[in-house]
Amino acid sequence: MEYLLASAIGAMTAAGIYLLLRQRTFPVILGISMLTYAVNLFLFASGRIAINLPPVLLNKTPTYTDPLPQALVLTAIVISFGMTAVVVLMGLGAYLSARTDHVNLNEGQDDNAEAGK
Amino acid sequence: MSLILIAALPFLGALLPGLMIRSGRTACAWATASVTLTALIGLLVHAPAVMRGEVIQYQLEWMPLLGLNANFFLDGLGLLFAGLILGIGLLIIIYARFYLSRQDPMGQFYTYLLLFQGAMVGIVLSDNVLMLLIFWELTSLSSFLLIGYWKHLPEGRQGARMALAVTGMGGLALIGGMLILGNIVGSYDLTVILQNKELIQASPLYLPALILILLGCFTKSAQFPFHFWLPHAMAAPTPVSAYLHSATMVKAGLFLMARLWPVLAGTPEWFYIVATTGLITMVLGAVIALFKDDLKALLAFSTVSHLGLITMLLGFGTPFAAVVAVFHIINHATFKAALFMSAGIVDHETHTRDIKRLGGLRHLMPVTFTIVMVAGLSMAGIPLFNGFLSKEMMLDAATEAAWNGNHWLVPALATLGALFSVAYSFRLIVHTFLGPKRDDYPAKPHDPGFGMWAPPALLAVLVVLIGIMPALMVGPLVATASGAVIGGDLPYYSLKIWHGVNAALFMSIAAVVGGLVLLAMHRPLDAAWIRARRPEAKAIFDALMRAVTGAANALTDGLHNGAMTRYAAVFTLAVIAAGSAAWFGGTNPAPAREALAIGPVPLIGWILLMVATVCMVAYHRNRLLSLVLMGIVGLIVSVAFAYMSAPDLALTQISVEVVTIILLLLALNFLPKHSPVESSNARRFRDGTIAVLGGLAVGGLSLAMLLSDFSQESISAFHLANSKPGGGGTNVVNVILVDFRGFDTFGEIIVLGIAALVIFAMTESVLGSPVGAWLKQRPINPLEAGDRHPLMMVVATRVMMPIALMVGVFIFLRGHNEPGGGFIAGLIVAIALVMQYMASGFDWATARQRYPYHMIIALGVFAAAFTGIGSWFADRPFLTSNYGYFQIPPMGEFELATAMAFDVGVFLCVVGAVMLGLESLSRFAHRAGDRPSPYPMDIDPSRDLPQEAKDA
Repeated sequence: MEYLLASAIGAMTAAGIYLLLRQRTFPVILGISMLTYAVNLFLFASGRIAINLPPVLLNKTPTYTDPLPQALVLTAIVISFGMTAVVVLMGLGAYLSARTDHVNLNEGQDDNAEAGK
Repeated sequence: MSLILIAALPFLGALLPGLMIRSGRTACAWATASVTLTALIGLLVHAPAVMRGEVIQYQLEWMPLLGLNANFFLDGLGLLFAGLILGIGLLIIIYARFYLSRQDPMGQFYTYLLLFQGAMVGIVLSDNVLMLLIFWELTSLSSFLLIGYWKHLPEGRQGARMALAVTGMGGLALIGGMLILGNIVGSYDLTVILQNKELIQASPLYLPALILILLGCFTKSAQFPFHFWLPHAMAAPTPVSAYLHSATMVKAGLFLMARLWPVLAGTPEWFYIVATTGLITMVLGAVIALFKDDLKALLAFSTVSHLGLITMLLGFGTPFAAVVAVFHIINHATFKAALFMSAGIVDHETHTRDIKRLGGLRHLMPVTFTIVMVAGLSMAGIPLFNGFLSKEMMLDAATEAAWNGNHWLVPALATLGALFSVAYSFRLIVHTFLGPKRDDYPAKPHDPGFGMWAPPALLAVLVVLIGIMPALMVGPLVATASGAVIGGDLPYYSLKIWHGVNAALFMSIAAVVGGLVLLAMHRPLDAAWIRARRPEAKAIFDALMRAVTGAANALTDGLHNGAMTRYAAVFTLAVIAAGSAAWFGGTNPAPAREALAIGPVPLIGWILLMVATVCMVAYHRNRLLSLVLMGIVGLIVSVAFAYMSAPDLALTQISVEVVTIILLLLALNFLPKHSPVESSNARRFRDGTIAVLGGLAVGGLSLAMLLSDFSQESISAFHLANSKPGGGGTNVVNVILVDFRGFDTFGEIIVLGIAALVIFAMTESVLGSPVGAWLKQRPINPLEAGDRHPLMMVVATRVMMPIALMVGVFIFLRGHNEPGGGFIAGLIVAIALVMQYMASGFDWATARQRYPYHMIIALGVFAAAFTGIGSWFADRPFLTSNYGYFQIPPMGEFELATAMAFDVGVFLCVVGAVMLGLESLSRFAHRAGDRPSPYPMDIDPSRDLPQEAKDA
């Protein structure tokens, strides 16, 4: 299980970073969202994996899952929605005002620099 | 009056002028004057006690652990300076009333002036070094406003900038020096610092601290080579020049040198730095002053010269010289302020300050002439005026000083300075007022009204009175103030006119005679001066500033070329590098946990997630597809939460997923549907490498974390143990959110609310711009114009609405004990509402939405806040929760906790924020001419059927 979770976090991070480095706003936003998933799962993983443990207090079982990372991640999920919404609107406003959704100030500048090398 | 009030009064009073200006200029001036007068009276009440040698203290603890206390103290030196600041300030306020013209915004002027006054009083009364530094910076800022008061004059703006740059730079140095000083002593209280002379002077950091502190003092007091800003600051209105640049601000540096004299002075370093700088400044300032034709520039350089004189006296480090310095501070303030105000009068009446265009004003402006003559003779050091007394004593002190074993250098240069001082003082009097009357003045000169000449006249009277009866007039004040500077027994000195025949007398006579000779030869000397090549301070300063700005720009532009992708790549690489360095540089725990077995279900989920992630990268150019793929990823993540014993997270993630996708779909409606192919292969390879590196690093870190044990005991055990007895809930996650870490959650819902408001504000600004007009007029895309509000969907959402709301309430109510809670309930209710928007259209839904979402957010924040405040009434800290069990037959026992009220706040905030965000985004879709449809759906059989069919 640990290997699955860790590799999933790694894959989502990699995808997030790759999309983050694209030159248009929409992929960048998706990249941020992917990174958010990865980070939330990572935070959650700091409580270690617990399967089939009760998340609420019951008198029957003596062991419980770790509630603290869950509480932290819960607010993180909600806040990241707020952040995504703000970023989306910034991207949208920028596209409508500038008629381009390029994230760089001078379009293709980074590529030119690359080509020049 | 308590000291803090004296310091605070001008700041509080700074609000008055702006209000009073509506009642007229005179009322405004009186209001301002009354503030200063009150503070002055409050100060003078303490005067008798201070004169007896007491030190008045006022202490207010703020952050004692950091050494930040609002401590004030008043001793002789503080009394002298505060008296000068408030006393001359009062005269300046009266003078300015008549000086400023109707076009000048007088309220602004008085506000700046009072701010400055408060900052100055704060400097001289502060006991805490850190507070002193803040006041010090405040004087720089407020003087910037005052110098640039005439915003339409480029000289004013440039002068203000220059003054701010120079004094601000000095202020930075001063902060460093004072912090070192405080560190050496271990206290930031001046009274403590002043008692640790040996400790400070023995410290290896003494010299750096001294240099830094002196940089602050020298820039503020316009000492060579920082003297150049003062003449340029003369672009300010004359009341400002008279106040800031003769009596107060430029003396702040002197004040600080005098204040720290007991602990810093007396070493060779102090003598050579301070005395030498003072000597050079004195001579240089006096020489330049003689060749200035602008009245105010002449006075400015003379001020530089006199400040140098006082600095030199403090630099000698002997008690006698310190007494003379204090005495000369008083004298200089009186005659120089009078001279500045008179220069302002001349300027005001003749419309020129150019000495070469003046002359013969003696009969036209007799009152002004008298004032200038008295003050000018005092500046020249002629007997019977106060300047003479301190100058004699200065020359006396100079004869004692040996510069590197050389006994004649300092006295000779001091005499030279005095000689030029005589020359420019006489030039001021002779070339402006004596000589034949001219007929080409720019305006017809005459004496001004009483209000304008009364303030300088009062000072001129003081000049004479002190000059004739020094011991009676200022003897006690000089004694107390000098006592505070020296911090020990006073040396022998006497304030009187005739000291007998001594070296100082001959030097004085030489200076007067030489000065008169110099004045007689002024015309050829002046011609030579103009021909000579002199370094122009402003040009040097400007070139320096250009170079610094250019370097800063080059650096910023080089780093910030506007390529976001580059920043992101650099940032990612830096994070990976830092993380790797930490990982490989430290010791890592060995894996201590057995990996859990992999079941079939997680494996399927993992495969789905991996495929979706890879496809998302591969097909990211097709934006709609990538959005769908992202939805899959989000769903798997939700399922993963549920599988790993986190139902709360699963519920939250899945509902957030829904609103996020709706949000992105809304945005995609206006964005291009495809991303073009732009990146080169090399570029893609580079990004891929970075991404893989980052993925490997994070994945590896996760694995290492998952396989190792907690390095420290987790605090979760505490939460598990106290959730039920302390918070009254069995859902520990929810209890943590609303109780244990309720304050965090409180902050978070506020952040969420702010995010929604930001979205709303941005929408407003975009829609209000030309873009908004374009959006309204954009053509209708035939593809989207079909069945916009389908019957099936409308009916389905209507049916689901009450069910969804019920689920929301249910999730909310069970939240304290079972998975659920305000966050999730809020998201579910928001989704239920959004469905109505989607089904029947924005306009239809908005028309039926009675409560603005802003209000719901605000209600949520208030509900949470008041729940928290409620615990104050039970004498508990903010957000302490309470709960109890209630019996309501026939439903049986149930629990009510205050945390539930808090959760209501969370719920409302989430609903409001999500809805406001989505609603703002949907407003982009609004076209001109769109009318709210009266019908919830496009095709409604009950509406479209003919009447007979309905009846049947």
